[in-house]
Amino acid sequence: MMSSEFFQNWFLPGIWVTIQVTFFSAALAFVIAFPIGVLRTSRVWIVRFLAGAYFEIFRSTSSLVFMFWIAFTVPPVFHISFQPMFAGVLALGITYGAYASEIVRGALAAVPAAQREAGIALNFTPAQRLRRIELPQAWPEMLPPFNNLLIELLKGTSLVSLIAVADMTFAGDLLRLVTNESAPIYTLLLGLYFVLAFLLTRGMRLLERHAKKRVGQTPEKTSLFGGMRSRSSIDAVTGTGGAK
Amino acid sequence: MSADNSTSQEIPNPAVDGSELIRFDKVVKRYGSNTVLDQLDFSVASGKHVTLIGPSGSGKTTILRLLMTLVRPDEGTIRVGGQYLTHEEKNGRLVPAGEKHVREVRKNIGMVFQQFNLFPNMKVLRNLMEAPVTVLGLSKDEAEQRARELLDLVGLGDRCDAYPTQLSGGQQQRVAIARALAMRPQVLLLDEVTSALDPELVAGVLDVLRDIAHTTDITMLCVTHEMNFARDISDQVLMFDSGHVIESGTPEKIFTEPEHERTREFLGAVL
Amino acid sequence: MNWNWSHVDDFMPLFWDGVELTLKALLFGTLIAFSLGLVWAIAQRSEKKWIRWPVTVVTEFIRNTPLLVQLFFLFYVVPEWGPSMSPLTTGVVGLGLHYSTYTSEVYRAGIEGVPAGQWEAATALSLSKRRTWTSVILPQAVRRVIPALGNYVIVMLKESPQMAAIGALDMLGQAQGYSQATFTYEAISVVGVAFIVIAYPASLLLRALERRLVR
Repeated sequence: MMSSEFFQNWFLPGIWVTIQVTFFSAALAFVIAFPIGVLRTSRVWIVRFLAGAYFEIFRSTSSLVFMFWIAFTVPPVFHISFQPMFAGVLALGITYGAYASEIVRGALAAVPAAQREAGIALNFTPAQRLRRIELPQAWPEMLPPFNNLLIELLKGTSLVSLIAVADMTFAGDLLRLVTNESAPIYTLLLGLYFVLAFLLTRGMRLLERHAKKRVGQTPEKTSLFGGMRSRSSIDAVTGTGGAK
Repeated sequence: MSADNSTSQEIPNPAVDGSELIRFDKVVKRYGSNTVLDQLDFSVASGKHVTLIGPSGSGKTTILRLLMTLVRPDEGTIRVGGQYLTHEEKNGRLVPAGEKHVREVRKNIGMVFQQFNLFPNMKVLRNLMEAPVTVLGLSKDEAEQRARELLDLVGLGDRCDAYPTQLSGGQQQRVAIARALAMRPQVLLLDEVTSALDPELVAGVLDVLRDIAHTTDITMLCVTHEMNFARDISDQVLMFDSGHVIESGTPEKIFTEPEHERTREFLGAVL
Repeated sequence: MNWNWSHVDDFMPLFWDGVELTLKALLFGTLIAFSLGLVWAIAQRSEKKWIRWPVTVVTEFIRNTPLLVQLFFLFYVVPEWGPSMSPLTTGVVGLGLHYSTYTSEVYRAGIEGVPAGQWEAATALSLSKRRTWTSVILPQAVRRVIPALGNYVIVMLKESPQMAAIGALDMLGQAQGYSQATFTYEAISVVGVAFIVIAYPASLLLRALERRLVR
């Protein structure tokens, strides 16, 4: 069986690395998603086109191949070097940012046109309308698909083990090589991912309830075992759907 | 409550009572192949309460939407207080106006919508304060005081902390009226403001509007199917058909002795 | 910038081998995902609790854990008491199983989208349960979910390089092998571009299909 020493030296830090990679990639994706999503609703076609191109390109990209490219091709070709974890976060953040931008765009497009008109009638600038009216109303609509995407991202962080980032999948792999006992290791690993996904979902549901209350909606009750995937018209995994 | 324009001093404002405040010149608006307004000319004097009537699809609502710049004219010009609304003069030629110019002129106009269009993410008080603070630059205290006065005026002083969804349709529409007035517009556009309400809630909203019409010098441009209300508050009624004004006059004249055949038909159908 | 086009030329024969394997895995993975997903979806509508519950638990678990770890599990753990599978077979089973839990959600939405009146009409005509499913409900449900299912094929394509981690010689596996053998790095770029070149037109195609099928 797995020695407790190994568990402490590799597995626990691995869990922490997985959490870190999830957090930083999610933060990067979030920071990318908002400007790209907003620009995709721009009235200026060239802006819309460029932001749309970002979405289309990275939605069509395999995140693992992209991660390998950043980790192994960019450093020698462009004569720069960075930490494997940085490469992993960059690749995940950029690809998931594209998916998340579709969530932002779709939710903004779903804000009724009448709200925009009310904003014009009160003489808001377009930026004020976005900031004060459209984004606050779109926000609660973004959270369910964000939740789904965050779970996908958490699962996606396992890919960093393939570019030698010592996350929990990496620790599991190492442990298999050392002990040759794969069944308990991978069962534990799958269980850990599931627990993390479950905790993330709980957290996002809380956020969702809070956000809905703030816009005067009554949040519906969700049962503890009602499934971890949130219902939304936007499919975060395929990057499709939502209002046009 | 008055429609003084204390917040728009920098605008040269030739509109004194009785002079022309709104002017449409040869305005054309098409939706696809459908021409809604065809070379429309008409004007509204400052302080007047004008009601637009006519069959649906005759272009009444389009006039309000043009004035609010929710849609832009395909041809022709609109002036408000002597200034072009969606055009500006450059080198002696009229060119489509930039956002800044449009906002400058637009701040004289307020609008109340058929579906209220309150901001569901803000409580009632904040619905009234948001624009005065962010657009006019009022201090929070000033804006709040103004908002509370207006809510008292529409009889909802006690609902400041409610969300719009917690109010009845009639209450929401009264809040929407107060919200429009909080910007101190010279012109108030009313787009079928009672059409979405349950019948028993209509009277409360009309009372508020009647009160405003009789106690302020705000200019009102009103599209409605409530003929009694039109008769009650209007100085002038314009009868529209197929994108043209086919008849205009005092409510007494239009409602009791209309000249035009189409007007008679229309009134016969709705009264 | 260091870039050598001759490395790209040298890699191309291997690249095409990789494309073949990737598409093969995608084809069989899709077949599993589409059919197994339907089984999950129907099972989750079962009136019997002992069918509904285990299926829900299993699909939730598979959907919320990483494909990569599942591939490791299938490749290293399953042979301890079950069949030993080649990297390709493992990839096919892994992709198919993982994405069947997504397609089941798609089917579920499609089935729920069939108006209740259709069930009632089938009952009124006293159609058997099987007949109701096969000739009334599924034909209507499947038609409207085809574009959504297609989008998952693209997702599976993009996730398929994870097979390389268990030694499959798909596009990425070939690129890795070539790069490590020759100490070059051009091959990954070729593969990266190839994914975009395949996935983007495919998603355009699906959007066109969606406009025709759904409404």
